[in-house]
Amino acid sequence: MPRKTSKTHSADAIDWPAAIHSALKSQRVRQVSYVPDAGHKRLIELCHADKGMTAVPLTTEEEGIGLAAGAWLGGERAALLMQSSGVGNCANVLTLAATCGFPLLMLVTMRGETGERNPWQVPMGQATPEALRLAGVCTLRLERAEDASAVANTAAKVAFEEQSAVALLISQQLIGVKSFEEKR
Amino acid sequence: MNALNRRDVVASLLERRDGLLVVAGLGAPAWDCTAAGDHPLTFPLWGAMGSACMIGLGLALAQPKRRVLVVTGDGEMLMGMGSLATIGLQKPPNLSIVVLDNEAYGETGGQTSHTSATADLVGVARACGIGDSRAISTLTEVETFAKAVHDVSVGPRFANVKIASANLERILPSRDGTYIVNRIRGDLGFQPI
Repeated sequence: MPRKTSKTHSADAIDWPAAIHSALKSQRVRQVSYVPDAGHKRLIELCHADKGMTAVPLTTEEEGIGLAAGAWLGGERAALLMQSSGVGNCANVLTLAATCGFPLLMLVTMRGETGERNPWQVPMGQATPEALRLAGVCTLRLERAEDASAVANTAAKVAFEEQSAVALLISQQLIGVKSFEEKR
Repeated sequence: MNALNRRDVVASLLERRDGLLVVAGLGAPAWDCTAAGDHPLTFPLWGAMGSACMIGLGLALAQPKRRVLVVTGDGEMLMGMGSLATIGLQKPPNLSIVVLDNEAYGETGGQTSHTSATADLVGVARACGIGDSRAISTLTEVETFAKAVHDVSVGPRFANVKIASANLERILPSRDGTYIVNRIRGDLGFQPI
C-alpha cells in the first residue's frame, strides 16, 4: 500500500510558502536564488511569477552566497532557498558574510528530521544548525504554518535591518516527509 | 610563445573605467587590479574562492545601467565553473568576465591547473550559453574586448586571456571587508544602515 506524503492539517490549511513570499516582498527582496527542493516548490513558483523579483536557479548553493553579496554591493536585497544538504556546500563562502558584514537571508528546508526515510540525508540535516552557527550564521526555526509570516518577517528584518547572516530552518514536519513510495 | 604580461592586460582593461564596477578574483587578479589603481568601485576577494563570477552576477542584476567586469584567474574560475551555467541562463547584458589564465596556481607554488592540459574555459563558457566567448592572446584583442565591455547590447561576454606565469610583486588592496563594501555602496549612493 503506497504511503502518502504526511502533512499536518494546518500545513494543508495555511499557505505558508505564500506567507514567506509576502514577507520577502515586504522586505523588498529582489533577487531570489535557489537550488530546487520539493519543500520550496511553491515558493520557487511564486518567486518566478513575481515580476518584481529575479529568480535565479543555481548549480550549487554556494553560488547563492556570492549572488547575495553582489546584490548587496549593488544596493539590492537577496534571499537564498535551499535544502539542508546545501548548507554543507556553503561552508567556505560564508566567509563573505562573516568578514564583509553582508546581510544574508537563507531559507532552509530541513531533511534528516522527524520521519526522514533516507538515511543519507540524516548526517548533514543533523549538522545543519551547528554548521551554520560555526560559520557565523544565526538560525531561526519555523515549525508551524501559522507562524510562517511572523517568523519569515523576523528573519528578513534581522538580515536586512541588523545587517546579519540569518538562516530560517523550516522543519521537515511542516514540509511533509518524502516516502519514496509516492506514485509517479 | 610570448604570453602576455598580466599587468599590461589588466591596465588595458581598466584604462577607461567610466563607472565600471569590478570584481577582482582572489590572488594575483586582485593584486593586478590594485596595481592598475586603487578604486572605490573595485571589490577584491581575499577568500570565498569560486565566488567572483556570482558576485559579478548579483551586482550586474542589481545595477542594470552599469557595466560589471569580473577579472579572475583560471584556478578561481575552475572552482566556480557552475556559475557560468547560472550566468548563461540569466544572460545579464552588462556583465563581462575575463580569466587571466596562467595555467597554474601562482599563489600556492605554481602547481599546474587543468587549463594547462585539457580544460577549455572558452568552450565551457560558450557551451553554458555565453555566446560571446573569446580566447585572447594579444594586447590588441584585449583592447578590443575592453571597448566591448562598455557595450551592453550583446552581453554577457567571456574572455580567456593566456598570460605569462611569472609571479609579480604583490600590490595589495585593503583586506577590511566592511570598508571595501561600504566604499562601493557609498559611491553608488547607498547609506550605511
